[in-house]
Amino acid sequence: MFTTKTFGKIIWMASILLVSVQLNAQDKNKKVSFEVKGNCGMCKARIEKAALKVKGVKYVNWDIPSKKITLILDENKCSPMDVRKAIALKGHDTDSTKADIKTYNNLPACCKYRDPNSIHMDHGTKH
Amino acid sequence: MKSSLIVLFLFFNYLSFSQLQIKGTVLEFNLDNKEKVLSNVNVLWLDSNIGTTTNELGEFAIPYKKEYQKLVVSYVGFKTDTITVNRPNLGKIWLHPDVELEEVVVRKKLNPIQKSLFNVQNVVTVDSREMLKAACCNLSESFETNPSVDVNISDAVTGAKQIQMLGLNSPYLLFTQENMPSIRGASQIYGLSFIPGSWIESIQITKGAGSVLNGFESISGQINSELVKPLTDSELFLNMYANNYERYELNTRYNTVLNDKLAAGIYLHANLRDGIIDRNADNFLDTPLAKQINFMNRWQFLDPDKGWVSFLNAQFLLDEKQTGEKNFDPKTDQFTNNAWGSEVKTNRLDISAKLGYVFPELPYQSFGYQTAFSHHDQNSYYGLNLYDIKHTSYYSNAIFNSIIGSTQHKFKTGLSFNHDRFEENVNTTNYDRIDNSVGAFFEYTYDNLEKLSFVAGLRLDNHNRLGTFITPRLHLRYSLWNKASLRLSTGRGKRASNIFAENQQLFASSRAINIVNNSGNLYSLHPETAWNTGIGFVQKLYLWNRAMDLSLDFYRIAFTDQVIVDWENPRAISFYNLSGKSVSKSLQVDLSYELIQNMNLRLTYKNYDVKVDYQSGSLQKPLQPLHRFFTNLSYETPRKYRQRHWRMDFTLHWQGEQRLPNTTTNATAYQLPAKTAAYSIINSQLTRAVNEKFEVYLGGENIGNTTQKKPILSAEDPFGPYFDSTVLFAPVLGETYYLGFRYRL
Repeated sequence: MFTTKTFGKIIWMASILLVSVQLNAQDKNKKVSFEVKGNCGMCKARIEKAALKVKGVKYVNWDIPSKKITLILDENKCSPMDVRKAIALKGHDTDSTKADIKTYNNLPACCKYRDPNSIHMDHGTKH
Repeated sequence: MKSSLIVLFLFFNYLSFSQLQIKGTVLEFNLDNKEKVLSNVNVLWLDSNIGTTTNELGEFAIPYKKEYQKLVVSYVGFKTDTITVNRPNLGKIWLHPDVELEEVVVRKKLNPIQKSLFNVQNVVTVDSREMLKAACCNLSESFETNPSVDVNISDAVTGAKQIQMLGLNSPYLLFTQENMPSIRGASQIYGLSFIPGSWIESIQITKGAGSVLNGFESISGQINSELVKPLTDSELFLNMYANNYERYELNTRYNTVLNDKLAAGIYLHANLRDGIIDRNADNFLDTPLAKQINFMNRWQFLDPDKGWVSFLNAQFLLDEKQTGEKNFDPKTDQFTNNAWGSEVKTNRLDISAKLGYVFPELPYQSFGYQTAFSHHDQNSYYGLNLYDIKHTSYYSNAIFNSIIGSTQHKFKTGLSFNHDRFEENVNTTNYDRIDNSVGAFFEYTYDNLEKLSFVAGLRLDNHNRLGTFITPRLHLRYSLWNKASLRLSTGRGKRASNIFAENQQLFASSRAINIVNNSGNLYSLHPETAWNTGIGFVQKLYLWNRAMDLSLDFYRIAFTDQVIVDWENPRAISFYNLSGKSVSKSLQVDLSYELIQNMNLRLTYKNYDVKVDYQSGSLQKPLQPLHRFFTNLSYETPRKYRQRHWRMDFTLHWQGEQRLPNTTTNATAYQLPAKTAAYSIINSQLTRAVNEKFEVYLGGENIGNTTQKKPILSAEDPFGPYFDSTVLFAPVLGETYYLGFRYRL
């Protein structure tokens, strides 16, 4: 016979199973949005390229004024964290990843977003 | 008594000053001259702390103080103003923005001709500012300040302007209007004059094979014109034009925005050419008598939230031209030997619709459907030659856009359908025919996000006269270094030649028509096919801190089959299929540089080597200069209050020697030299923008008065065997001066 304790355990495990089933129902066209630090058109090209090179990312748009990146990705192939890491590897901080100082220092002067004055620099013309 | 006087005086004083309120309204000074009141502005007597602030209407009232004479008006972000108080109501006080504090946004003005560095295809975009430089009047005349295409006049009688690209005549170009094929078949010669310049928002000129989306017909390139859109166009536009040859034009557009998603426009163009002009005294009109009414109703629907976009257009056109001898009267002289004359009457109806859907959750995925119907009815005669053509056409195209994996790999795929019905009469011979084609296409675009991108397209078509065939097209772009791109393109095009519609000028001659039967199913001829291969290089750079564009391209078009139009026998025109080689090689070098602020210089050199194996041997295409040189200099003064400014523009075209078709079998009096001398043409224009709504322009075309002395062979005997108006290598019309205005609301 089940004791109340084991019954509780079963319920608990069942709910975990249920949750994981729900987790498995992963979206092929998941829309994700988060903040990425950056300044200019050069940053935009770098950020978008880094994100789009992550396998599973279908679409990227980084908006310069709001610093928000919008992604459409296949959750079976990658997670938003993979994208954050890939962006940080190219020198851009996100809401939950931080770029290595060495990579950051290699960015062009106008893209050094950690310096508040960099926004006022000449960012050149992308086109 | 004395004291009471003083009391009275004081009392007066008190009444007139102490009770007095000094009033005023504080406004913000801005360039649009709009009255914007400033509230919470500090108003203070100078050297005191007695003051007030303005209310939400910008008004203030402050009690008068005898001991102070000056008021200080100050507000954050504006220059402080000190005003001497000499009247009770100070009226409007304009505060100037404090420029030092304001953030200055520096914007680079885009050149009106844009050569893209990033587009995979060799596309030149011409915007409406560039079109204004050629103040007149329709699509055929809007390329005169643009070196990518060449404008020439088909013959000395009709004065129809034709354009050429890469050394080939306009039939080898695919014209589209908002990406739907236009100016095809029957409208090939005159169709360019059926699109008023003021309706055009921008033109995209693609050199090279082009995309497979718009069909298989393009051989030298594509020209797409985008019309103004009711949702974004100004509410009212009015333009009038007149020139010294009694040519008058009227353009007007009215747009109404019905709600934030729907807008409608009514566009009207009318022109009249009323002058009997014969400057060269050959008794033939130098420019036809003409009138045109052109009307369009356009609806635009746009719902960005749901992703729908739609257009609906209806255009109706009536065009009439009369030309020939001065004394020709159509009523009495038509089809007689009294006088040589010609009339071309066209009416045309175009209806088209577009529907597009962008999946709101998937911005890279979209669906588009477009359909068009046109009916073109031309009745004409040239001397004793009769030419009637009716062309009814249906077109449908469905496109689906999406990605494979990511936006690095995009594709477009779809189906298209085309139906053309021609009813054509040449003198007594009837050439009616029906063409049907269905096709499927797939185009893949790859972008490696760094240096390489390419577009590879393929289409499969089934056409009742051209058979079943594939059309491959490839465009590739590679960025070599900073601001430099290398482009390669190759592709095949195939088309049915409408020999009479495309060469209507032949009727204005005594030449016999000779079609060399090849047992094909297009006037007994076979269709035309060609491969177009090109390479191009663009470098953008800054020289002495000013933008410079350098570009170089080379194209080679090799026909595997072609309908040769042979003018080499002066008494005949022959059409036959190519046996041998027909290769057109063209080289173009462009340089554009901003000399000083707002002054741009463009220089172009073009070399066309168009060699065709005629029946009489391999020759350069006639009336085609080997060398061409083009320069355009434009200047715009800085914009002042309410956009007031001047614009100036100067263009010079230099055309090298041209080979003339062989005339050695003519009587000596009607023989022409083998080659013509080089000549140049100068156009210039001056525009005064009085304010943002109104501008006046004055210009001159062919200012040097370069004309062909005898544009018509045997003009004195138009019914004789040597009459020929088709050997035209220089303008017929001399200096033209025009005046016009534009008003927009």
